[in-house]
Amino acid sequence: MNVKMNKSVFLQGLRDGVPIGLGYFAVAFSLGIIAQKAGLTAFQGFIASFFNVASAGENALFNSMIEQATYVEVAVITFVVNARYFLMSCSLSQHFDPNTKFFHRLLVGFGITDEIFGISIAKAREGYVNPWYNYGAILISVPLWSLGTSLGIIAGNILPVRVVSALSVALYGMFIAIIIPPAKKNLVIAIAVAVSFISSYVCGIIPVVRELSGGTRTIILTIVISAIIAIIKPVEEDKTEDNNDR
Amino acid sequence: MTGNAYIYIFTAALVSYLIRVLPLTLIRKPINNKFIRSFLYYVPYVTLAVMTFPAIIEATQSPIAGIIALVVGIVVSYFGLGLFPVACICCGIVFITELFL
Repeated sequence: MNVKMNKSVFLQGLRDGVPIGLGYFAVAFSLGIIAQKAGLTAFQGFIASFFNVASAGENALFNSMIEQATYVEVAVITFVVNARYFLMSCSLSQHFDPNTKFFHRLLVGFGITDEIFGISIAKAREGYVNPWYNYGAILISVPLWSLGTSLGIIAGNILPVRVVSALSVALYGMFIAIIIPPAKKNLVIAIAVAVSFISSYVCGIIPVVRELSGGTRTIILTIVISAIIAIIKPVEEDKTEDNNDR
Repeated sequence: MTGNAYIYIFTAALVSYLIRVLPLTLIRKPINNKFIRSFLYYVPYVTLAVMTFPAIIEATQSPIAGIIALVVGIVVSYFGLGLFPVACICCGIVFITELFL
């Protein structure tokens, strides 16, 4: 990979990171309000967000602090709530050039979030993941995420509810834009998406299951649905290549 | 809070980091097992779909605004709009819808 290409890919990452960062900022702001209840200072909130980069994970962390949980409990809940990143990291490993340097893997891993994973998978459809794309997206979105948390702690409810409400769907809008184009081309993916929507909704209603945290439900549904579809409709060797080339 | 805030924060951070980085560093080669390949192929779509719905209708003040944003988001992405435009349109839809609700 030459330097010029890396630079342009880095700039693309920065650009695609802007909507992510703006969405993060809004979400982090509301997360900051929870962090404040846990007694965190603005600086501690910044550090917590910078090094965790996980909405559900930090939500669990701050609530654990409020409940005076033990450190071990915090480790376990973080593992459960963030386990989907483990799956995403496995998935991403398949989109890496096998010769990618170790430090690139360490840095890209640091920035695996739902959204950055989403855009790097979308990008990888053109070939391998280029770490510089992820660096661009991380560089713009993680500081905004951290800053949002700090400001949430300092300012509390400053933004009008209406604005927070509108900004909070930005992330989901991006998710939709990531999953719909491949679903349009591949019927199995379209069915997978529909089944996921329905199952996720149903699991939020039925007793016992609905008591589980959102993160836990996400892991269980992801594993079960993906496994069932993988058994019914295994992806042919050349077909994956096909889809990646699109 | 009895414990040290920094120990809490870095415990969570360490676990989060290991989860993210271990697969990327340990899995160096393409996986040949057909089931695992297929499973990992479907994971991103399933997980993003699971996280989108019903969360999108719970994120907004009014669930109806969320549903309209979801439907419009699906339609405009179907016709090829990218991440940023779709995100902006969804935000705009919610803002406008909630003015009337």
